[in-house]
Amino acid sequence: MPEQLLYAMEVTLNGLMAGVMYSLVALGFVLIFKASGIFNYAQGVLALFAALTLVGLQNGQIPFAHLINAALGTNLHSFGWKLPVLVAIALTALVMVGLAILIEKLVLKHLVNQAPIILFMATIGLAYFLEGLGDVMWGADIKKLDVGLPQGISETVESVTDSIFGYGFFIDNLDIVATVVAVLLVASLTIFSQYSKQGRALRAVADDHQAALSVGISLRFIWVLVWSIAGFVALVAGIMWGTKSGVQFSLSLIALKALPVLMLGGFTSIPGAIVGGLIIGVGEKLFEFSVGPMIGGATENWFAYMLALIFLVFRPQGLFGEKIIERV
Amino acid sequence: MNAMTEGYVTPDGRQIGPVLMEMKNITLRFGGVVAIKDISFDIREGEIRAIIGPNGAGKSSMLNVISGFYVPSEGEVWFRGQKRGPMKPYEVARLGIARTFQNIALFDGMSVLDNIMTGRLTMMKSGLLSQALWFGSAEREENENRAKVEKIIDFLEIQNIRKTPVGRLPYGLKKRVELARALAAEPKILLLDEPMAGMNVEEKEDMCRFILDVNDEFGTTIALIEHDMGVVMDLSDRVVVMDYGKKIGDGTPDEVRNNPDVINAYLGVAHE
Repeated sequence: MPEQLLYAMEVTLNGLMAGVMYSLVALGFVLIFKASGIFNYAQGVLALFAALTLVGLQNGQIPFAHLINAALGTNLHSFGWKLPVLVAIALTALVMVGLAILIEKLVLKHLVNQAPIILFMATIGLAYFLEGLGDVMWGADIKKLDVGLPQGISETVESVTDSIFGYGFFIDNLDIVATVVAVLLVASLTIFSQYSKQGRALRAVADDHQAALSVGISLRFIWVLVWSIAGFVALVAGIMWGTKSGVQFSLSLIALKALPVLMLGGFTSIPGAIVGGLIIGVGEKLFEFSVGPMIGGATENWFAYMLALIFLVFRPQGLFGEKIIERV
Repeated sequence: MNAMTEGYVTPDGRQIGPVLMEMKNITLRFGGVVAIKDISFDIREGEIRAIIGPNGAGKSSMLNVISGFYVPSEGEVWFRGQKRGPMKPYEVARLGIARTFQNIALFDGMSVLDNIMTGRLTMMKSGLLSQALWFGSAEREENENRAKVEKIIDFLEIQNIRKTPVGRLPYGLKKRVELARALAAEPKILLLDEPMAGMNVEEKEDMCRFILDVNDEFGTTIALIEHDMGVVMDLSDRVVVMDYGKKIGDGTPDEVRNNPDVINAYLGVAHE
């Protein structure tokens, strides 16, 4: 096989894997948007918050240590233990559920039947609040997250492709794990939303609050449920991204990368979030690989948005979004 | 014999049960506006009970009080011999009171079948976990509920549109789907908010037939609001007439038809 083609294949594979990482973030958006019509600006910060909490719990950090020390003149930093990874993850998941309950109680409950833009503004406020809370609780320094996921170049892939093509592909182990996790997550979420009682209730709430109430659906329960799931997805995204590039403020900015994914896949489709992510991932990498060198590179910064813009013109509901039906 | 607890048989042989729901001195205010003024009436098991009145009489407000969307400022709602405290609409729904809406509240993005299935949410018991894992009990439950829903679909003659997204249906059919969803909950009381509004004659006749059939076949107690007098008189066993938030008549269609206050409200006062 010609070398150029092999390069392209490797780039495509890497793009697919990067796309999966985008999809993980986009998923959280889709879930909340489906259930409440809210575009949740805070989704990226949720991922950051989850990752911070996970690192903090794992290392036995005392939450609000700085605050306590400043107020009481003590010098506390950690409990002095290290929690096993699984325990820390389970605890973090619980924290995310608690957060969902608080968000419903303190914010959403008071905004029932408000215009979407107001709910959107509320999530912006929430994003900044959570960002601050994360810093105060766990400190603002860059942290390393290690939950024992394999990292580095996969030697298996390299040796297998080397024996077939005479050229070893460089694929990151972490990307492979992320792909498997994302596939499992999407499969279970799709089944949940399409075929379970709560899933149907969730779609009902997304469609019409009043009608949902009249068939006996509790809005509060559904909202807590959906924010909990979104929190859990944020935790998964936080783990993957945190392992890849460290837990720090910029983690919350991955939300921005999820936007074009949503426009492509449709705001209401779980499989759409995945396919959208893959298209963006592959497109971005291939574009950089083929056109990038001609125009000075760094195309990855804008290519996704460009692609999303083109999509908006021709298919505003996205690839898998619900058809916009309007009776005239 | 105590008519409150025993029920009776109408002259044309319809079996009417004991009192199922009682509204006692209901008053509803919005700020300074009094939408309902000290109204009392009851709904008996198995009957078709209509609330009629000119526009702005407070009929929809009354229905919203019954279904829990409004909490009355004064007065009590009694259901099955118990006083009902202030409740959320979804709690009222779980008590077995299903409703339709004047301007249709369906889930437009979902299929007809899924819409009707939501009506059975309160009947489904299996928990989140078994649902998530699709264990046997959850699957059996889904299938049982599906069978009941299919019966209702057959009954209301909407088999051919069961997979269609509701957003695509014409008005008359949407009304029928909404009725189906309410029926799916196997309600103790079915509340219909202007079931005939905006329909042509043929659709109205269909709807009338379905309402009578539902009452007949499932024995469902029905409370409905209409301002089309003709339709109401044919359908109902007893009628409450409202005007400007007050009750001006209550009785069989014949009694109500001959009530001078009712005639005045509908035709205007005769000036001499």
